Amino acid sequence: MTDKVSLPAPRDGSPGEPLLVAEGLTKHFPIMGGFPVKRRIGAVQAVDGVDLTVRAGESFGLVGESGCGKSTTGRLLTRLLEPTAGRISYRGEDITRAGRRQLAPIRSEIQMIFQDPYSSLNPRQTVGKIVSGPMEINGINPAGGREARVRELLDVVGLNPEHYNRFPHEFSGGQRQRIGVARALALEPKVIIADEPVSALDVSIQAQVVNLLGRLRREMGIAFLFIAHDLAVVRHFSQRVAVMYLGKIVEVGTREDIYGRPRHPYTHALLSAVPETHDADGTRRVGAPPGGSRGRIRLAGDVPSPVMPPSGCRFRTRCWKAQARCATEEPPLTRADGNTEGHLSACHFPEPPTVARNTEVILDPALRAAEDADGAGG
Amino acid sequence: MTSPSPAAPATEPGTAPAELIGRSPGQLMRRRFRRDRAGVVSAFVVVFFFLVAVGAPLISMVYGKDPTTTYGLNETGLLNQFGYPVQPNGGISGRFWFGLEPTLGRDVLTQLAYGIRTSLLIAAAATALCVVTGVLVGVTAGYLGGRTDYFLGRFIDLLLAFPQQLSFVAFTPVVYALFVSPEKETPTYLRVLTLILVLWALGWMGLARLLRGQVLSLREREFVEAAKVTGASPWRIITRELLPNLWTPILVQSTLMLPTLVTAEAGLSFIGVGVVEPTPDWGRMFANGAKYYESDVTYIFFPGLAMIIFVVAFNLLGDSVRDAFDPRTRR
Ligand SMILES: Nc1ncnc2c1ncn2[C@@H]1O[C@H](COP(=O)(O)OP(=O)(O)O)[C@@H](O)[C@H]1O
Ligand code: SF4
Ligand SMILES: [Mg+2]
Repeated sequence: MTDKVSLPAPRDGSPGEPLLVAEGLTKHFPIMGGFPVKRRIGAVQAVDGVDLTVRAGESFGLVGESGCGKSTTGRLLTRLLEPTAGRISYRGEDITRAGRRQLAPIRSEIQMIFQDPYSSLNPRQTVGKIVSGPMEINGINPAGGREARVRELLDVVGLNPEHYNRFPHEFSGGQRQRIGVARALALEPKVIIADEPVSALDVSIQAQVVNLLGRLRREMGIAFLFIAHDLAVVRHFSQRVAVMYLGKIVEVGTREDIYGRPRHPYTHALLSAVPETHDADGTRRVGAPPGGSRGRIRLAGDVPSPVMPPSGCRFRTRCWKAQARCATEEPPLTRADGNTEGHLSACHFPEPPTVARNTEVILDPALRAAEDADGAGG
Repeated sequence: MTSPSPAAPATEPGTAPAELIGRSPGQLMRRRFRRDRAGVVSAFVVVFFFLVAVGAPLISMVYGKDPTTTYGLNETGLLNQFGYPVQPNGGISGRFWFGLEPTLGRDVLTQLAYGIRTSLLIAAAATALCVVTGVLVGVTAGYLGGRTDYFLGRFIDLLLAFPQQLSFVAFTPVVYALFVSPEKETPTYLRVLTLILVLWALGWMGLARLLRGQVLSLREREFVEAAKVTGASPWRIITRELLPNLWTPILVQSTLMLPTLVTAEAGLSFIGVGVVEPTPDWGRMFANGAKYYESDVTYIFFPGLAMIIFVVAFNLLGDSVRDAFDPRTRR
């Protein structure tokens, strides 16, 4: 550890204290149409009644297929989007409708890392400008000057401080993402919302960036809302995980709950898509049941449109356990029988709390036909 | 203490040649531009025209003639009884390098230099106004969106619905009449002002619409959201995040706009609603040239050639600027 590099100690607030809380968070994007007078003809129900809590110092994973409303949730929490309904509070303070000026005091505490390292950096600004911009906007003058601070931050995120005067086009995707991390750190935040920070990167680079974020969380006590589209990335990073489907959270719990004792059929499906990994000693991890062969789940068709989501349980059009009740009654997000405290799932007919599965579940008739033909041919 | 240990530096950006490292996109653009021979040549031509416009009095002084003296009427032996130059080729001689104007016998070279001065001044002023208006309206519409965008968009549509050349012709006399009652003589400066206003009023919409589209797509980019998350004001976002990314279209469009406005101004003077005698004007030289061309084709030759070179050079320059900014479009 170099003495030169000084970053803030975890600030007041014990770990575990709720920092960022969303209750019933909802975002409907209106669809306009009609001629000659444009009017609202429908809405994309991108996020629909999401409850979540990010606690100080923890990493909270938010996982779901593309288009299920993860980015929208992140943008609502950073107040880039106006919520249609619901409440957002930061350390007990309601910030749901706070304007830019009202937000100013806590702006610096909630920062964001973006998905696309190519569009998240202004191509006409130097790295120095990009990273010092947030300090300039918020009138922060660190001891030793902003430039020294930027060089320090570049060092922290693993970039050469001499690259201060370079432009984004001179960096690789992974390096650009590190610049984005340095920018988020410039304000010494307490929560960072990381919207798929590695999904645009090469697989070989992904681990480096995730490790960097993990190090920042541990050493600086920054809480993370880590958004990802599969369960594999989140597993190594998050203590608690929420699984999202079509604008709703369908299951939330600790890492052990979600990866070891999942109850919601959708979580089972996502887990079965995670490739098996092995520890150094050869023991299997991630959704690999001890000993048994792993059955796979193939989901039928596409995610339904968030413009007209299915009635009742939104997952029912792709669920192999769906029954009549699923179409009429929306399953509440509750603690199912046998679940630990804080492990909630939204299903009328939860799966057994295990990841062992011996039967293949293939719901898509076309896919099944293809697999059969494959099996016969090969 | 919780100072994170610095990670091992990620691999250096190593692919770019050494001399390109640390260059801004603007510097890279100038580098590419300097390698484009057509661009450099046309830039010189364009600069030359501006020098002629600015330095017209100097040319006149060194060359020893002025654009208003009627040499052909003051001295005998220069024009024949029909008013045409006595010497062949429109009266080109060691004394009158570009020849003499038929009928009045004024010097063509100084007429042309001063004519370019008038036209270029009007067009440059109108271009500057158009660019400022286009940027203001386009960026406002694109950034604010919603109702503002809708109404500005419809207003632009409305103005674009006017046939441009025809509207210039129709509106210029109307604006003159606003300033000065039709019976009186309109002073030259008011004519110039009117031309600038008319060209401006109907010239800014293209750029505004283009920039609106660019801003619409830029403001969705994540770096704008990143600035918002850190608390940047809309003013800062527009000036620091958006405008630096709009210089390419602004520069390219203004280099293409200027020659169109020069020709528009010339067109107005050609049909008699622009600058009138005795103020020299590029466009009016064409009008006169058309009157005389059957008997004295030389008179129209120099203004025409100059105009062609000017328009071609400006368009080549615009293309080269665009190519230099965006190498992918290079043919
Ligand atoms: N600005 C917007 N206007 C309209 N629809 C949007 C907008 N942003 C996102 N959506 C829609 O909301 C849904 C959720 O999008 P998003 O939050 O980006 O999903 P994810 O990040 O999980 O892939 C998608 O159907 C998307 O098309
Ligand atoms: S509620 Fe019904 S449709 Fe929804 S996940 Fe549970 S079983 Fe499947
Ligand atoms: Mg997303």
